Amino acid sequence: MKIGVVVFPGSNCDHDCQHIFKDVLGQYVEMIWHKETLLAGLDAIVLPGGFSYGDYLRTGAIARFSPVMGAVKEFAKGGGMVLGICNGFQILLEAGLLPGAMLRNKSLHFICKDVSVKVENAATAFTGACQSGQVLKIPIAHADGNYYTDPVTLAAMQANAQIVLRYCTPEGKVTPEANPNGSLDNIAGIINAAGNVLGMMPHPERCAEAVLGNDDGKLIFLSMLESLKRNKKDLKMIPA
Amino acid sequence: MGPVIQPITKDLIAQHNLTDDEYKKIVGILGREPNITELGMFSVMWSEHCSYKSSRVHLKKLPTTGPRVVQGPGENAGAVDIGDGLCAVFKMESHNHPSFIEPYQGAATGVGGILRDIFTMGARPIALLDALRFGGLDHAKNRHLVKGVVAGIAGYGNCMGVPTVGGEIVFNDIYSQNPLVNVFCLGIAHKDKIFLGTAAGVGNPVIYFGSKTGRDGIHGATMASDSFDDQSEQKRPTVQVGDPFTEKLLLEACLELMAGDLLVGIQDMGAAGLTSSSCEMASRAGNGIDLDLTDVPRREPGMTPYELMLSESQERMLMVAQAGKEDECIRICKKWDLDVAVVGRVTGDGILRVRDQGKVVAEIPAKSLADDGPRYDRPYSPPAYQDMLTNLNYDALPDVKDANAALLSLLESPTIASKRCVYEQYDHMVRTNTMVRPGSDAAVVRIKGTNKAIAMTVDCNSRYCLLHPYEGARIAVAEAARNLVCSGAEPIGLTDCLNFGNPERPDIMWQFVLAIEGMKDACEHFKVPIVSGNVSFYNETNGLSIYPTPMLGMVGLIDSADQTMTQWFKQDGDAILLLGKTKEDLGGSEYLKVLHHREQGSPPLLSLDAEKALHDFILNVIHDGVVRSAHDCSDGGLSVALAECCISAPDARRGAVVRLPLDTLRRDALLFGESQSRVVLSVKPEMVDQILNRARDSGIPAMKIGTVGGDRFVIDVEKGQWSEGCRIDLPVDELHDRWAYSIERALSRT
Repeated sequence: MKIGVVVFPGSNCDHDCQHIFKDVLGQYVEMIWHKETLLAGLDAIVLPGGFSYGDYLRTGAIARFSPVMGAVKEFAKGGGMVLGICNGFQILLEAGLLPGAMLRNKSLHFICKDVSVKVENAATAFTGACQSGQVLKIPIAHADGNYYTDPVTLAAMQANAQIVLRYCTPEGKVTPEANPNGSLDNIAGIINAAGNVLGMMPHPERCAEAVLGNDDGKLIFLSMLESLKRNKKDLKMIPA
Repeated sequence: MGPVIQPITKDLIAQHNLTDDEYKKIVGILGREPNITELGMFSVMWSEHCSYKSSRVHLKKLPTTGPRVVQGPGENAGAVDIGDGLCAVFKMESHNHPSFIEPYQGAATGVGGILRDIFTMGARPIALLDALRFGGLDHAKNRHLVKGVVAGIAGYGNCMGVPTVGGEIVFNDIYSQNPLVNVFCLGIAHKDKIFLGTAAGVGNPVIYFGSKTGRDGIHGATMASDSFDDQSEQKRPTVQVGDPFTEKLLLEACLELMAGDLLVGIQDMGAAGLTSSSCEMASRAGNGIDLDLTDVPRREPGMTPYELMLSESQERMLMVAQAGKEDECIRICKKWDLDVAVVGRVTGDGILRVRDQGKVVAEIPAKSLADDGPRYDRPYSPPAYQDMLTNLNYDALPDVKDANAALLSLLESPTIASKRCVYEQYDHMVRTNTMVRPGSDAAVVRIKGTNKAIAMTVDCNSRYCLLHPYEGARIAVAEAARNLVCSGAEPIGLTDCLNFGNPERPDIMWQFVLAIEGMKDACEHFKVPIVSGNVSFYNETNGLSIYPTPMLGMVGLIDSADQTMTQWFKQDGDAILLLGKTKEDLGGSEYLKVLHHREQGSPPLLSLDAEKALHDFILNVIHDGVVRSAHDCSDGGLSVALAECCISAPDARRGAVVRLPLDTLRRDALLFGESQSRVVLSVKPEMVDQILNRARDSGIPAMKIGTVGGDRFVIDVEKGQWSEGCRIDLPVDELHDRWAYSIERALSRT
């Protein structure tokens, strides 16, 4: 598969995402400079974490104006698979590819630690390798991960099973104590209605290798690859 | 020379912190009186901070060579060979003075400065550690400083995407007016692609890139070379303001510039800004630089040559490119949205010549500015109060009665308590290399593309250094090495950050000289070279000096990452072993401070031979795979070390049942004394005999003292020759609660 990793000025998890797809999962990775306007031949796009534009003004608020975002929107509109991690999630919100907004963490501090998240919907292209209800241990590292949206949108997302990941206890209970940042409805990750754009605050690329003591995050990437493979197979069924 | 010629008066010379003799030397070098710009340039370059004028004669004694050393002191950072064609490039620097005046920006720009030192060498930074010293948390001002410094480190490091993987924090009221912020950074470079700060090749272009130059930080280096008084907070304008976003762009631009065949030399504009970067690069190459300020990017109009040459605006670099490669350099800088301008040429006459709007505004031999600063062999002698500090009548101190309460008090004391609420604010995982996160003896990061890992630690027990600077410095080296060894790493190099008071005082200079001797002896014994470092004098306010704090940052290599070790117990039923001998070592202990409010006595005696034998043994048994955990005994002694083995694991807490013979010791010396060269191991039960036999063969005292398991922490001290025994028996959860949340609770007070 050919995975595009977008590099905004201030992205700092771009190499980490490249490492997972290329070195760990053996895929072809193209680093995409944010000034690119044409994206061709990609199977999926990753918006990595970091501090695009220094988080100045508001997280993701400037990055959404980067030239590349027009092409990312086109790609998503055509059903292309887009994963936004942390700052990438924030950019997807600002760009309108996902609903809602990020507020400052309730503690007002940057928080870096392992958290537990529950896979609420294992039928997505990003979670197909997980069991429904499975608890993943994945680290978070952000100051603005306190997800918010209006009640109508929230109800719609709940009804459509768009809330894919929720903060939970290690045993899988979704409680206020298990919520590290004050996020509405313990939301850690959401998907768009079409099911091809996922944003998540936890960093699966930081826990996808046994040498780092935890490879729960690998399931997210494996899910993506499996889903892409399935779709490619479908393509091959058409006679030449 | 400028529209208004400012006369150089005695007051002006004094304001620039130059002595009469130093001024005479300047006049001798120039063969005339300097103008105001030249006076400013000399004053920053000849400041203590930049010239090491009080320390250089002693620093020369330190061992700086070894088979792995690729770059020793004198460049932006040191480098040691780690095999596979790679080098670890590292350095530690202080940002103490600015952090007291403006904690957020002071600490943030400290991080920014050390990062530039590393990537200037061609290394991508992969780890940061911080060694911090603050006054007690019962003072609101200290809480403010802690919060500000931690937020500043987080704000800068997190944005840069360089993980802050470890560090240490010690609280002592002696640091209330002079907190210490020492930042360590390590990067990885290809051994044959190390870049140096040299202006070689007459005619080559000198290119400025990064942020614009503003009026901030003028005379920062001079401020860092002076003591504080009650008016110090008025020095806020001399603290620079950091912009980590620009620094991130600068980092990527530098690495891209270095990947091409474009550069001759490169140096960051740190302390003394444009002055130091230009004259040092010229001096190293034996050349001169002709600098034209007209094109220097500026934040505001009307800046004088004096201000431009002395500004310490952050995130700026100076490179010397190969002639003809200017355009490619400029293209890369512009790609990363950086300001860039050709501001000069390398010349062959050895003169740093500065022009502004066509006029020469300064003309100084580069070498004189960079290297011919004054050197002082300042007088030193032990202070009269030294005996008072070391003489302690232990008979007057009652032995511990309630050992449960004593242990809980120690675990709760901020110096020993968990620093989790601090390091959770630092991104310690970005770059996905962190194998051992903050909270073990050393931080460990793997080196991608190899099987190797690097362990790092920062250490210094400054109370020991106060009580006996020589012993304290030796112990600092030994403890740093022990921390690495307990993580499975062989120590391969050291950087230092020597924080002391006013060197013009003979007692302070005595502390400094003895500390250097101690470091030298220990480093030579362990064969660990010092490849970079920094001296911070004048950590003194209203005549009160900090404890001597020769902070060490030590780097170790783990050849096979799967041999990485951590400090916490892993499995119920494992046997607990103690290696090393426990003696009557209460002097200078955290126990005496917390329970008896005394910072007195002689620090523990260290045998370098015993310590080295212990290191070799620990590394052997870890590499043989027969050890499940290894933890060094330091602050709080054996019982705190054992408690940490039970409660510091990120996932599970475990109990332990331990039995200790008292023999001739006091109970408190056995439980809380800080004898050196001791390590707690946990091993599979069937391995006990093998390890004890091997220890005996290596001449290392070793015994089985207990078993891991249960939900209580129990230490039974058997009756000894002089004293009754005693018992610690506490729920592990209670130990954990007191230890884990102590700092958080203290900081949340308003």
